[in-house]
Amino acid sequence: MIPGPELDSAAPGTAIGTTIDTVIQLTGVERTFPSDPPVHALRDVHLTVRRGEHLAIVGPSGSGKSTLLNTLGLLDRPTAGSYLLDGVETTGLGDLERTSLRGSRIGFVFQSFHLLPYRTVDENVMLAEAYRRPRPGRGRGGRLARAHQALEQVGLGHRVGFRPDRLSGGERQRVAIARALLSDPALLLCDEPTGNLDTENTLSVLELFDDLCGQGMTLVVITHDDAVSRRAGRRVRITDGHLAEEAK
Amino acid sequence: MSVVEREMETTARVERPWMDPRDLWTEALAGVLARPVRSALTTLGTVLGITTLVITIGVASTAGNQIVGRFDALTATSVTVTVPEPLPGAEDAGPLVPWSGTDAVARLAGVESVAALADSDATDSVLVRANDVTAPGDLSGQTLAVVAASAGLPAAVHGRMTAGRFYDAGDIARRDHVVVLGDQAAQILGIKRVEDAPAVFFRGQSYTVIGILGGIRREARLSTAVLVPPTTAADRIGLRNVTRVLVNTALGAAKQVARQAPIALAPGHQDSLAVVAPPDLSKARAGVQNDANSLFLVLGLVSLVVGAIGIANVTLVTVMERVGEIGLRRSLGASRRQVAGQFLLESTTIGLLGGVVGAALGIAVVVCVAVAKEWTPVLDLRLALGAPLAGALVGLLAGLYPSLRAARMEPVDALRAPS
Repeated sequence: MIPGPELDSAAPGTAIGTTIDTVIQLTGVERTFPSDPPVHALRDVHLTVRRGEHLAIVGPSGSGKSTLLNTLGLLDRPTAGSYLLDGVETTGLGDLERTSLRGSRIGFVFQSFHLLPYRTVDENVMLAEAYRRPRPGRGRGGRLARAHQALEQVGLGHRVGFRPDRLSGGERQRVAIARALLSDPALLLCDEPTGNLDTENTLSVLELFDDLCGQGMTLVVITHDDAVSRRAGRRVRITDGHLAEEAK
Repeated sequence: MSVVEREMETTARVERPWMDPRDLWTEALAGVLARPVRSALTTLGTVLGITTLVITIGVASTAGNQIVGRFDALTATSVTVTVPEPLPGAEDAGPLVPWSGTDAVARLAGVESVAALADSDATDSVLVRANDVTAPGDLSGQTLAVVAASAGLPAAVHGRMTAGRFYDAGDIARRDHVVVLGDQAAQILGIKRVEDAPAVFFRGQSYTVIGILGGIRREARLSTAVLVPPTTAADRIGLRNVTRVLVNTALGAAKQVARQAPIALAPGHQDSLAVVAPPDLSKARAGVQNDANSLFLVLGLVSLVVGAIGIANVTLVTVMERVGEIGLRRSLGASRRQVAGQFLLESTTIGLLGGVVGAALGIAVVVCVAVAKEWTPVLDLRLALGAPLAGALVGLLAGLYPSLRAARMEPVDALRAPS
């Protein structure tokens, strides 16, 4: 069901051909930081990610990996080019709309988990729905049940009510993944998700990724770990701001 | 669903960030309770300031009420007009205040009872005996004051007849030889009942005792006096001129009656009459509250400002410690305004907490002070409710800058911080 790998190198205007299967479409994206001399973090990046794809972005540090992640996550604005997320052209949007889009379409998974230490696991997961109008059929009242369901989905049904500091690193990351899943995102954006985990925990998280992929979730994982990127259905490498498809 | 339809739908679905107020409250409360000791310490400044303010205002109003309480209702409604002696040579010009002047005063608005008195140095100590028989070795009599009074006297001195009746207009018109004794005077003279028409003797004449006036609450010296109808007094003992007029007013009317009574009594000569009126109560109360404690008020306000700085400081530290959390919330779709709102609500909650604790402490101290001094604690409801609000306001103001800092953070930078 995963479409074949494809690096979109077509000229701008391809967006018209975007199908509902396209989650991410970057066209000619540039990001330049105004310093002396200017830093070109991203140069003419073209990338298309289809629904259900599992994509790994690899590259050495300083290659523009983080900038690409920030751009994909609507945390940063490209200097030039176009970014269609789930069919919405994002480059022209204001701060509020980008924030809202980020909250509703993207589930973030961070290297350092970013769990609130003073809240229980379920409260951390429920936070994902706090900042937007409840969708029809997903009212505030059913939030706890949905959080439990998401925790079940990542295999942590038995940790309900725990505080994050009583969990192992792998469990914490799975809580963060449950939180990202709660908002039913179009895209799971993972930034070095196993960077703080030992081999065993890394394995459990990667198995979860495989499961999610099997359920049709779109995954973009930024990593420098070969073990992680090998699991992905498709791998792109970023070097000095240039994106290049890697053969498996 | 066609591609176009889906595009239209997705574009329409770019909504604005929105937060249920209950969620905002939950997040803020969790933020405050996450570091309970720190939050508790942060409230201290506000607690101190609000406590000081509540104690200052509460004790001032309690003490003020106490001072005002001393001017009880009786004093507050008593007006006394003193009539000077006629000038030498002017005796023939007629009395300055006629006995009928009481009727004019009684007609004034706010007057409840009025009576005129006449006394003089000569009649202040008169030898009064209860019988005409002089037995050797027996006491020959008692020295009592003889006072002429108009018929309205019992009401004017808030007294009541313990026996018999007071003389009335008929007795006065007939110039009857009757007297009423003050209860002390009756006791001294050994007269307990008036049914058998006892007599008293003074200045060589006899008078029938028709009543005993007791329970005198105003002009208490009258309880040891012999009261004579004005006509009789004028005829027999030379007490002609009204020397004092006792007026009782409705509560609050004393000031106005004090102004009008002299004019009613002696039109054209009102300035020669001296009026004793109760002091203005509202002024007395305000005076006490004003001078009492402006110093402590300033102290309380200073504490509040210090409390505000404390809250601002700690909230700022908290914001800096929670940069990662701010980044996370932004990544979950929180707008700048929602992030600011949460920190603002946290600092406001801390301020409100300080205000509630401070108000409670302050009220407790006011009650304790009142109990210790046997006063009635006076608590302004506005103070009890306003103090926590003032605390919340302090917290709100203190949270403005830290919240602004939190809102200004870029999510990219914030997410780099450890959470």
